[in-house]
Amino acid sequence: MSSPSYPEISFETRMGAVEFRVDEDRAHITVDDTKCRDCSTRGCITACPANLFVPTAAGGILFNYEQCFECGTCYLVCNREGAITWTYPEGGHGVVFHRS
Amino acid sequence: MSSVTDFDAIVVGAGPAGAAAALELARAGRSVCLLERGPFPGSKNMYGGVVYGRILDTLIPAWWEEAPVQRWVTRRSTMIMTGDQAVTVDFRNEAWGAAPYNGATAYRPDFDAWLAAKATDAGAVLVCSTTATGLLREGGRVVGVRTDRPDGDLRASVVIACDGVNSFLAKEAGMYPHTDPSNFTVGVKETIGLPREVIDERFGVRGDHGVDIEIIGCTGDVPGGGFVYTNGESLAVGLVLSLPQLAAGDTRPEELLRRMKTHPAIAPLVEGGEVLEYSAHVIPEAGYEMMPELVGDGILVAGDAAAMCLAAGIWLEGVNFAIGSGAEAGRAAARAIGRGDTSSAGLADYRRRLESTFVLADHHRLRAAPHLVMSPLAQQQLPKLACGVLEDLFTVTNPEPKPGLRRIVRRRMKREGVSTREALKQGLRALRTFG
Repeated sequence: MSSPSYPEISFETRMGAVEFRVDEDRAHITVDDTKCRDCSTRGCITACPANLFVPTAAGGILFNYEQCFECGTCYLVCNREGAITWTYPEGGHGVVFHRS
Repeated sequence: MSSVTDFDAIVVGAGPAGAAAALELARAGRSVCLLERGPFPGSKNMYGGVVYGRILDTLIPAWWEEAPVQRWVTRRSTMIMTGDQAVTVDFRNEAWGAAPYNGATAYRPDFDAWLAAKATDAGAVLVCSTTATGLLREGGRVVGVRTDRPDGDLRASVVIACDGVNSFLAKEAGMYPHTDPSNFTVGVKETIGLPREVIDERFGVRGDHGVDIEIIGCTGDVPGGGFVYTNGESLAVGLVLSLPQLAAGDTRPEELLRRMKTHPAIAPLVEGGEVLEYSAHVIPEAGYEMMPELVGDGILVAGDAAAMCLAAGIWLEGVNFAIGSGAEAGRAAARAIGRGDTSSAGLADYRRRLESTFVLADHHRLRAAPHLVMSPLAQQQLPKLACGVLEDLFTVTNPEPKPGLRRIVRRRMKREGVSTREALKQGLRALRTFG
C-alpha cells in the first residue's frame, strides 16, 4: 500500500494543528518510571496518539503532558499498577478542539 | 443528608448527555448546574461519526432548522478492504437529504455548544473551565461534587455523571469496578480541508448532501475500523483501534492512519487536502457488556460515562444514545427531586425507562456485536474472502471457461482456511447477533 503522490506530514505539523492551552503550573500526568523498568510491553509508547511517552536509554520512560488529547489511552493500556497517574487538567486548560 | 444545597441537580459534563439531562431538569423547573471542564461545551469532544437526529424530535422540534450541521448524509457506504482491493456496499437515499433527515455530519464543538445552549435557554446554569475533581459524600450517599475552583464544592440532591468515557466520578462512586482495556478502542482522526466543490465531485453529492463511509480491513494487524465522512469544506478521516493490540504492536496510530489514506480506494478521496486538526478520544467499545451501575444513592450515570456508545459494526452511533440516556436521567432526577427521594430506590426508574427505549433495548439486543466485529473472522477472513471471491468472479480468464460462483467460493474459503461448517456457524452467529 503506497502512493508516491501522497505527502505525509510530520508529527510536529500534525500536532501543530491542534490548540492546547497548557497549564504551566501542574502536570496532569505523572509517571513513576521505577515501575516501568521491568515492564516488557510498554504499551503507552506505541498507543499514545500524542506520542507523549518516550523510552530512555536507562530503561525508564520520559513523558510530556503539554500536548495531551486527554483520551486516557496511556493509563488504560498500562499494566503496571500505579505507574501512570492521570487526572484531567485544571478547568479551562488542555486540548481545545474546534473542527472535530 | 444536609438540607442545604446549591442546586437541585449538578450535571457533570456538557456533552450531548449532560446537555440533554440539564435541559430536561430545567424544563421540569429544577435548578441545575451544568459543569464543563473545557472552555466551552464540546471543546474536549471528538467522534468518528454521524449525529442521528430522531431522538431530538421530541426534545427540540424542527431542530434541523437551527442545528449546526455540516452535511446531511444521503450516501452510506460500507467498505471491506484488503491491502489493495475494496468491496463497497453503497446505499444512496435522497429522502435523507430533506426534513426530517436521518443523519448529519457536524463538528462536535459546534453541535455540543448548540445543544448546551438549549439547556441554558431553559434555565440551566452553565459553568465552563471547571473540572469536577471528586464527589462529595455523606454516609455513602453522593451529595455533590468537588471542583477545582476556590471554595468550589457544590451540593445538590442529585449528581448526574456525564463526564465521558473515563468517568472518574462513576469510578469513585464504585459503579465502574473494572476497566479492562479490551473493552476500549481509541479513535484518531484528521480533519482534512478541501474546497466544497472538490468534495462534491469526489463523493458524488451536491449542495448540503454528504457521505458516510465505514471501513473494515484497513487497520493492519490491529482490530478496528476506519471512516471517511464529508463535512462542508473538510473530510473527517480516521481509525478506531483496539487498545490491547495497538499497545502490543509496534505501529503507532498515525502510521496506521497514513496507511489507510494511501489505499487506492481512499487516496483519491483525501489527497491534496490540508490537515486542519488532529484529534483522539477513547471509545467504550464493548457497550452493554461493560456498562457500569447506572443508578446509585444520589447519582446517575449517562452517555459515554455509562458506555452508551453503540459500536455494532453496521450501526455506529453514540451522540443519539448520549442524548437519549441524558434526557431520561434528567427526567428521572426531576421526578425523584419532586418526590423528595433521590436515593437509589427513588432514582431507579431511570434504568427501567432506558430499558423501554432504544438506549438499552438496542444495546441489549446487540450486546454480542462489538466482539463479533473485532473478531479475526470479521477483521481478517471476511475482507480476504469477499475481495477474493469478487476478484475471481470478475477476472476474465479466457480462454479458460468461467469457473462458476460455487467453485470460486469453495476455492477461496479453502485458501482462507474457512470450512463450510465454520462459515455456516459464523453466518448463524451473525444472524443471531444482528437479528
